[in-house]
Amino acid sequence: MSKAPPLLQINRLRRLMIGPVTLVVDEGDCLSVSGASGSGKSLLLRAIADLDPHEGQLLLQGEPATDMPANAWRTRIGLLPPESSWWLPQVKDHFHNGMPVPLDHIGLSGDLLEQPVARLSSGEKQRLALMRLLSNRPQVLLLDEPTANLDPVNTGRVEAVIAEYLRAHQAAVIWVSHDPEQIARVANRYYQMCDGNLQARDREGQ
Amino acid sequence: MVELSYVDLLIAATLVLVLALMSIRLRSNISSQLVIAAIRTAVQLTLIGLVLKALFENVHLGLVTLMAFFMLFIAGREVMMRQERRFKGWRGYATGTFSMFLSSFAITVFALIVILGEDPWYNPQYAIPLLGMLLGNTMSGIAIAMDRLTHTAWEQRNMIEARLMLGESGDAAIADYRRQAVRSGMIPIINAMAAAGIVSLPGMMTGQILAGAPPVEAVKYQILIMFLIAAGTGMGTLVAVSLGAKNLFDERQRLCLDRLRQP
Repeated sequence: MSKAPPLLQINRLRRLMIGPVTLVVDEGDCLSVSGASGSGKSLLLRAIADLDPHEGQLLLQGEPATDMPANAWRTRIGLLPPESSWWLPQVKDHFHNGMPVPLDHIGLSGDLLEQPVARLSSGEKQRLALMRLLSNRPQVLLLDEPTANLDPVNTGRVEAVIAEYLRAHQAAVIWVSHDPEQIARVANRYYQMCDGNLQARDREGQ
Repeated sequence: MVELSYVDLLIAATLVLVLALMSIRLRSNISSQLVIAAIRTAVQLTLIGLVLKALFENVHLGLVTLMAFFMLFIAGREVMMRQERRFKGWRGYATGTFSMFLSSFAITVFALIVILGEDPWYNPQYAIPLLGMLLGNTMSGIAIAMDRLTHTAWEQRNMIEARLMLGESGDAAIADYRRQAVRSGMIPIINAMAAAGIVSLPGMMTGQILAGAPPVEAVKYQILIMFLIAAGTGMGTLVAVSLGAKNLFDERQRLCLDRLRQP
């Protein structure tokens, strides 16, 4: 019997100055990606989510992205951009599938759902955007600086919720972060983006 | 009908000249534009008068068709030029032109055959003015709606992409903006119908009355024209905005703003 295909396979992915990137991501993996601003980290995530035209092949559990509708791919490969967008007046209007975890697990009060989006702080928006993404039950999370606006306590809460999500759903995450301490806490594989090339590092960043 | 002599027109032209002189005095730089526009009116309308005269004297389906397509292509160009962030390349021209072809042409032919019933149905005395009225109004509606659609897609690109990232289809992600665009294209004709006869006397009806037509007959024609324009504008706008919204996404439902021209 052949081995089950890996969760996410990226074969020679190229987009503008990015790549070629070849990567295999398994269930439970947490890959950190660091690198200077403008090195192409966000562009890489966008290409993996199939939001930009690209060369190369993307496979989820052996199934090529091109074999499924683009919106199905993006539901299963959830990208969280650094800035969240809200297109309806009320927070709760953006949630159709319920909350993936109770809001107090990430330091938010349940009353927030009844509020207009305009009243949210940037930290509240960032955490709610993560909740909105997780409520889609994606199999791979692409997180672009998901705790950039958060204090250390809430950063810890968000890290715990993501770790629990990976465990409960056999999911994986590619996590863009600038914080070496955070990377050391959450990741099991380490990568550095340098002029569009993704290079594997050991834990000390060498 | 009081026949106008060329002297009468010259007298009217002096009013424009006086206005131009006043603008020079006020140092507004509009005077040269004003004079050029006035000269264009005189030249263009004189030419179209001669063309219509020739068409009326030689009633021929080929000539009417030729004239109709000439008008369509000019209107198509006008629709394109009025959009700030229009589609690059052939799409920019084809979207508006095709939508006007579907709406204005179809409705003109329908009105000529089913409602007016002239013999022959393409009698240029009816066909050309009717098509002109329809194209002129459909053109504005489509231009406004397409401008609104592409402008909003550009401004709200983060929202649209955020919805794509959450697994919505391109269709769903742009639905709100598509609706707004259709609405803004149709508002002018809805307002014109609502205000007709109360705030303004529509130009076509006024012209017929000046030319000596009985007011009640002129009014009937005006109502017909209003309905045809409303239908033409509505259909043309719907078609153009649907095509435009579709063309904002590629086959993988990515938002393709690089298909739009930068202003």
